[in-house]
Amino acid sequence: MTDLTRLTLTEARDGLKAKTFSSTELTQAHVAAVEKGRALNAYVLETPEHALKQAAASDARLARGEAGPLEGLPLGIKDLFATQGVRTTACSKILGNFVPAYESTVSSQLWRDGAVMLGKLNNDEFAMGSSNETSAFGNVVNPWRRQGSNVGAGASGAIEGNHLVPGGSSGGSASAVAADLCLAATATDTGGSIRQPAAFTGTVGIKPTYGRCSRWGVVAFASSLDQAGPIGKTVRDCAVMLRSMAGHDPKDTTSVDMAVPDYEKSVGRSVKGMKIGIPKEYRLDGMSPEIEALWQQGIAWLKAAGAEIVDISLPHTKYALPAYYIVAPAEASSNLARYDGVRYGLRVPGKDIVEMYERTRAEGFGAEVKRRIMIGTYVLSAGYYDAYYLRAQKVRTLIKRDFETVYADGIDAVLTPATPSAAFGIGEKGSADPVEMYLNDIFTVTVNMAGLPGIAVPAGRDVQGLPLGLQLIGRPFDEETLFSLGEVIEQAAGRFPVRERWWA
Amino acid sequence: MSVDLATVKRVAHLARIAVPETELPKLQGELNAILGFVEQLNEVDVDGVEPMTSVTPMAMKQRADVVNDGEIADRIVANAPASEDDYFMVPKVVE
Repeated sequence: MTDLTRLTLTEARDGLKAKTFSSTELTQAHVAAVEKGRALNAYVLETPEHALKQAAASDARLARGEAGPLEGLPLGIKDLFATQGVRTTACSKILGNFVPAYESTVSSQLWRDGAVMLGKLNNDEFAMGSSNETSAFGNVVNPWRRQGSNVGAGASGAIEGNHLVPGGSSGGSASAVAADLCLAATATDTGGSIRQPAAFTGTVGIKPTYGRCSRWGVVAFASSLDQAGPIGKTVRDCAVMLRSMAGHDPKDTTSVDMAVPDYEKSVGRSVKGMKIGIPKEYRLDGMSPEIEALWQQGIAWLKAAGAEIVDISLPHTKYALPAYYIVAPAEASSNLARYDGVRYGLRVPGKDIVEMYERTRAEGFGAEVKRRIMIGTYVLSAGYYDAYYLRAQKVRTLIKRDFETVYADGIDAVLTPATPSAAFGIGEKGSADPVEMYLNDIFTVTVNMAGLPGIAVPAGRDVQGLPLGLQLIGRPFDEETLFSLGEVIEQAAGRFPVRERWWA
Repeated sequence: MSVDLATVKRVAHLARIAVPETELPKLQGELNAILGFVEQLNEVDVDGVEPMTSVTPMAMKQRADVVNDGEIADRIVANAPASEDDYFMVPKVVE
């Protein structure tokens, strides 16, 4: 039999339907791959018994002809999603051995539709990071290596190069999908945490419109920016995943009461006559020529498919990242106030309750999380609120208005690079100045600030042979257009599978 | 704007995070790097601009005013570091 882990999600779905293999066989193949893939540190918790039990139930439903849209398909779940009876930590020491008594709405909809859970995936602590180097469980390794690098090859001979980051915060999700350790994964995106790791690993990731997916049961980082979405091997796989993840939830007042389209139908739909905006503000000073070439290639592909290319201006683009680094830490400082050593997680005793709080939080939070809580506390503190938070929220209005203006002028979607570079090495960035790491999200963060949908699709390689992604930004709740355009790029660029399983 | 050591100490206390004296200068440097970065927002003319309160314009839904949950105290305290008789236990707060 062919290697079942090499299949895409939709190929596996069709194989199950055709009874070419069973969900138990498919799940067993993935459980074995997860075990062999431990060097990547993508999973923080493996749940093989749970997976095989779900697979057996799926096989029974498949036999009865009662298959759901994701029936029998093994997935990985980012450790930010609460999973009932299964440890959920947001990859922070402060949650310790937290075992939720409830299931997040998004994951519950995956199980409703028949999916199988292989385990919980690594991420930056509380989703704060762009390289998956802030997790309490350690760094995630990108299955991609630079050309000529044999890092991870074992003791024989000289080791060339070092391991690369998978991006973040959904680094475990991206690494696991790229390394075939699951068919697809859930992820979350507050400033680029789905799209940037997808771009770094040659996978596809979509952040839907704010409100499309329920945030209930997802560990909160910045509530006005957080959205769940999938990372998959193909555009079609992401379309199938998003249909199950999305939908109105009375338990999240910001979730939108709107019908969820059958996104798969938009994959392969013609893009002829669509107007694609190319924002001049995304052409940064000192941008690498290969990113510029990738962007031009994307423009050429969409043009060849019949789309019309229009130069546009989004004048407040450069202010999105600084505004984000006020709004997101402010919301995080408020959301993370709940980790006080009383109701769950770690508690470090002190001489009184305040000392208990202070010691618990000092020991439980990592350096990046502490930094952001402190920035947030500062910008919300008396006397500084207007100068920082209020101003940032006004800038946010202007960023959103930029997009509204071009959409009102008839633009259907905006094409940009997904990241300013390909994946970098572990430990290479941000150790001296945190802002150096933050700049990774310069192309993705505008989308969160404006609440829009954005998809990252792999489109080319850099000189080191590493994948690079393009980003498409859509109108609110028009994820369908992104799937249609994304498919054009995927068809033109081809897929970017990792050929050599050096970790296994 | 940049923060001095006393401010870093005050903010750490407001955030309820114990920071040893020896770590304050490093944290001060990092916070000032971030505050320096966000300074560019002062270039933007925000006169007459409404601050964003909701990224998606929508009316807040109201649910029926009924009890639809509860009687699960044991599940709520299940993850507590210290609990007794379905109560969270904390160090004495009143003498």
